[in-house]
Amino acid sequence: MAAFLPGPSVCKDRRVHDTPDIADRHDAVCVIGAGASGLAAIKNLREHSFAVDCYERETSVGGAWNWRHDRSPMYAGTHLISSRPLTEFPDFPMPDTWPDYPHHSQLLSYVERYAAHFGLGEHIWFGTEVVAVTPVGDGRWDVTTRSTGGGASRVQRYAAVVVANGHNWSPKTPPYDGLVTFRGQMIHASAYKDPAQLRGRKVLVIGGGNTGCDIAVEAAQQATTVWHSTRRGYWYAPKYVFGRPVDQVNDLMLKWRLPLRLRQWLVQKTVRLTVGDVTRYGLPVPDHRPFESHPVVNSQLVYYLGHGRITPVPDIARFDGASVELADGRVIEPDLVISATGYLPRFEFLAPELLDMDDNGRPDLHLHAFARRHPTLAVIGLLQGDAGLFPLAHWQSVAVARWLRLRLTDPVKAAAVQQRESSRPLRSWSRRQMVPSTRHWFEVSHTSYLRVLDDLLKHLEAA
Amino acid sequence: MKSDLLRFDDWTSPVPPVSREVLTALPATDEGLPPVLFVPGLGHGAWAFAEHWLAHTASRGFPAHAMSLRDKGDLRSYAHDVVQVAASLPRQVVLVGHGAGALVVARALGRYPARAAVLVAPVLDGWTSLGAALRTNPFGTLPALFGGRLRLSRRQLFSADLPAAEAREYLLRLGRAGARAHVELVRHAPPPRPVGSPSTLVVGSPDDRVVPRSSLDRTARRYGAAPLLFPGMGHDLMLDAKWVEPIDAIMDWLSKEITA
Repeated sequence: MAAFLPGPSVCKDRRVHDTPDIADRHDAVCVIGAGASGLAAIKNLREHSFAVDCYERETSVGGAWNWRHDRSPMYAGTHLISSRPLTEFPDFPMPDTWPDYPHHSQLLSYVERYAAHFGLGEHIWFGTEVVAVTPVGDGRWDVTTRSTGGGASRVQRYAAVVVANGHNWSPKTPPYDGLVTFRGQMIHASAYKDPAQLRGRKVLVIGGGNTGCDIAVEAAQQATTVWHSTRRGYWYAPKYVFGRPVDQVNDLMLKWRLPLRLRQWLVQKTVRLTVGDVTRYGLPVPDHRPFESHPVVNSQLVYYLGHGRITPVPDIARFDGASVELADGRVIEPDLVISATGYLPRFEFLAPELLDMDDNGRPDLHLHAFARRHPTLAVIGLLQGDAGLFPLAHWQSVAVARWLRLRLTDPVKAAAVQQRESSRPLRSWSRRQMVPSTRHWFEVSHTSYLRVLDDLLKHLEAA
Repeated sequence: MKSDLLRFDDWTSPVPPVSREVLTALPATDEGLPPVLFVPGLGHGAWAFAEHWLAHTASRGFPAHAMSLRDKGDLRSYAHDVVQVAASLPRQVVLVGHGAGALVVARALGRYPARAAVLVAPVLDGWTSLGAALRTNPFGTLPALFGGRLRLSRRQLFSADLPAAEAREYLLRLGRAGARAHVELVRHAPPPRPVGSPSTLVVGSPDDRVVPRSSLDRTARRYGAAPLLFPGMGHDLMLDAKWVEPIDAIMDWLSKEITA
């Protein structure tokens, strides 16, 4: 490239620059986080011939899937919720001899092999935290990093920043009345690691998501008493229907492009025939149709409800000393409360306006990935899908890499693509008909989302 | 057009796992070079590479692996097996496909970003190869068109330089592929665009009676280069008398690509 050739004036006077601008990384891209999404970003940026510096606060890859990490939400019994073919990277499959729903330790070894296979480690600065990312104009960024062990910080300039810091590590706990007076133990699900924590105790699990249901089931096997509090009724899908993983059956309906209403009707019928009427166990009737809340896949919850090992209870009204008052006026006395109430995204190193965040901290990004006013800032993996995240993160990072490459090679075409994207309707890629909750901020249907990405990728192809 | 992103076939009916035969020859010292995975064509197995090429590749410093295709498979399951074996190796893999195995590799390249790829005597134009096979060996080829057995002949696979006893022994070792695979060899969708844009080399012989010269040129053009030719050799470049010449040329090309 012409920009890197020494100019004639430099050659003539043979001036030696004694203070070279070492902090400027020129066309290099900064990736934040070496979890599955960050690794996919490094690999795909490298495939598009970008130099990449990835910063990872931990000393190993794997992000959330690495149970050794402070911010990992893994508990000993975590298994995949989506089945293997819908969860693996599209260009690096998991071994086909693995089970339909692998254990989290298998996922970690898979992610580690992905990093080793594509030689990604040499681009990662481990034990290094990103403290600040600030725009310097002209689309470039100053990234301030610091060793997690402390020490001086360092500023380097990058052509683009790809954020992949995960969104399942900063616990969200609702502000319950009287929580300070509670004399029992209260933990967030992120602090739940091992069933031994439940043994012989009276446990209240709050939250009807996948984690809440998993922990309620583990408590049913370990604790003396288990209450499971949910705000509403859910559609609890079994992990298998008709002898196949449930997401594979669901994708058959999507393959045939059945309309939503018909799919909702089929799910209601299937749940009725397989799981049965859950109100018999005291669960509330769902206040929404199937596909209007994030899928909860758990075959064992209903089993333990039927065995009387789990008592379903409504929302929490208040905590009071040793007891917890429920919304229906009942009073229970758990000695351990686990709130599986989810996580909130957090980007401490970015000014909120860069991601167009609202007052609740909800970023507004094109395709949940591209910053609307900063073409060289993107977020990978900030999605909640009805299938595994890895394929979505992979194609997102391919799109980001192609986009950044096109900006350099064909700015005119890049501008045209940007123009075209700005008129893309929100409903084409975002799930709108959802129960309002922070849980559904980033909810997408994997097929609709991939169709839109496919279209974008075609337009991003270099001329 | 089918989308690369929406893989309903894999999501709704994944290819069932099988145990796969992989033969390996490792170099004396690991110099960090990418592993090379050889994929045989129909009727052949990992043994066809184990005869000469596997050890020779290892002697050039590359970890060498050769796999066999599953019994009774189709193109989709063959490509699945190649990607499975490639992903099980510690580093990004160089894929080398021979004959119909080159078609399998071409399919796999759409699913796995190979470090580089080599298509040896590639059967990518099914109709052209069918015409050539019918001319050279009509009675061995015709039954395969109707679900019967494909019998490859000595004239198709080897040059006259290969001693008759050796040729006979190799022909006896040829196995039988599924009827589905025979049909797909002729009628198949054009191979996908490789992911990760790997450098691709096409190798063949102008005297190959399975893959005519015109077909070699077409395939090479699709992958953006001219074919590397070894006159006087039959279709089975890895078994024919002068097997050392093509593999040395491939290794020379590969060494240059890796350092580039």
